[in-house]
Amino acid sequence: MTVKKPLFLFAALLAASAAQADTLAKIKEQGAASMGVRESSGALSYTLGDGKYAGFHVEVCQRVLADIQRSLGMAKLDIKYQPVTSQNRIPLVQNGTVDIECGSTTNNATRQKDVSFAVTTFVEEVRMAVKANSGITAINQLNGKKVATTTGTTSVQLLRRHERAANVNFEEVFGKDHADSFLLLESGRADAFVMDGQILAGNIARSKAPADYRVVGEVLSVEPIAIMMRKDDPKFKTAVDNSIKAMMASGEIGRLYDKWFMQPIAPTNTRVGLPVSDATKAAWASPNDRPVEDYMKK
Amino acid sequence: MATWDWQVYCKDTTSGDVITGCFGEGGDFTYLDWLLSAWGWTLSVAVLALIVAMSVGSLMGILRTAPDRRLVFLGNAWTELFRNIPLLVQIFLWYHVVPALVPPLKDFPSFILVVFALGFFTSARISEQVKAGIQSLPNGQRYAGLAVGLTLPQTYRYVLLPMAFRIVIPPLTSESMNIIKNSSVAFAVSIAELTMFAMQAGEETSLNIQMYLTVTLAYFLSAFTINRVMLGVENRVQVPGMIGAK
Repeated sequence: MTVKKPLFLFAALLAASAAQADTLAKIKEQGAASMGVRESSGALSYTLGDGKYAGFHVEVCQRVLADIQRSLGMAKLDIKYQPVTSQNRIPLVQNGTVDIECGSTTNNATRQKDVSFAVTTFVEEVRMAVKANSGITAINQLNGKKVATTTGTTSVQLLRRHERAANVNFEEVFGKDHADSFLLLESGRADAFVMDGQILAGNIARSKAPADYRVVGEVLSVEPIAIMMRKDDPKFKTAVDNSIKAMMASGEIGRLYDKWFMQPIAPTNTRVGLPVSDATKAAWASPNDRPVEDYMKK
Repeated sequence: MATWDWQVYCKDTTSGDVITGCFGEGGDFTYLDWLLSAWGWTLSVAVLALIVAMSVGSLMGILRTAPDRRLVFLGNAWTELFRNIPLLVQIFLWYHVVPALVPPLKDFPSFILVVFALGFFTSARISEQVKAGIQSLPNGQRYAGLAVGLTLPQTYRYVLLPMAFRIVIPPLTSESMNIIKNSSVAFAVSIAELTMFAMQAGEETSLNIQMYLTVTLAYFLSAFTINRVMLGVENRVQVPGMIGAK
């Protein structure tokens, strides 16, 4: 088969361009680290405009890098912010463009084949938002209703699974992004919006009348969200993990959480208002990097 | 990257199990089933929108050449309105804004709205081409038709349009192919068509490249089929001695 040859060459090129395995040495040599950030991942990682990035995970990463700077004995460490999307974040970590990705990446077994995750810093609970006056409080009340979710998220598959298991029949409508999905709920084109809890909370907080919406129903899924880095670099992973574990032990991580999820945050000075969940507390109490598959078994 | 894992198309979309034969039965639904259904949605949106676009576009194009200033104005206004607003914005206008002003429209399925939005958008371009086709004919043709006692509609029907439409078949072919490609914006209003399939299935399986390659092929095949059909029409209806005839 002649078609295999270019593919093989392409693969070889990719392998050749893969970054060196020792991230700590690279950071020391270049005096800089590249942090992958998201434009809009709720309060976890978002842009303030003008090339500035902020959020819970961004601040955690800034502290991790400060710890690394100290341990490497560097006078100065430049942090380069590299915006990533859910489509390109894994390739960019693999090829060395991004050293540490601080967004909203779910730690799952498929991804663990390609990249490595730090200890889980946030556990996401997938739930649904409804209008407060709709009277909906559980998934099984959704029979015959319209349920919105966002294209390109795992919530769609989750919803399908649940539809079959709970034997309810609802019509799925898809928004092209989270803001669009929320608009479907707001304008009455959908009766519920199923999505990650912190995204629901953030959208409700930013809406015209936050009191009109409620996050209700059982937790459809829990997903460990973690900071992502290159695979097969145990020295770097240990450094990152130790720094995060120290924040968990000292309670610093709880203070950071409070700052980003309970206090008003820039740029609009609204509060997300999402109290720390039991699952997140458990992850802080016993730091681990288990994938989402382990959470499902429970 | 080492293996391509095309078997993903045989997997069930809910459980992720590989299903023998690749087509799900009894409630099972594989990614192949989903791809075909998405392709069906793309073709339905595109073909219905094309019918709307051809009818409305031809009508507006004809009005713009009529000897009545009010009709010309109507045709011009229609064309400029739909030609000067980006397609995605038009789709959102129909989906979010218009129903807010006219509440009964809320119960319209988004499929119908998209067909009309895409159809009206393309109708503006077709009206421009039909008008150009009619204007490319010498004025003498119109006068000759009227002089032998045909009414104005008859002149259009038997003298002007048969020639004008033959002249504009090539640009109409382009528009017909464009409508297949433009139908990809329908994903923005919750139509489960090919682009949405690629995004969603790519996220679920982490095999974006495989999903986009297949979808690209499906778009290409659809647009190319339209191209061949229109070429067939062009060859069939050509009149020896006329513009465009071999």
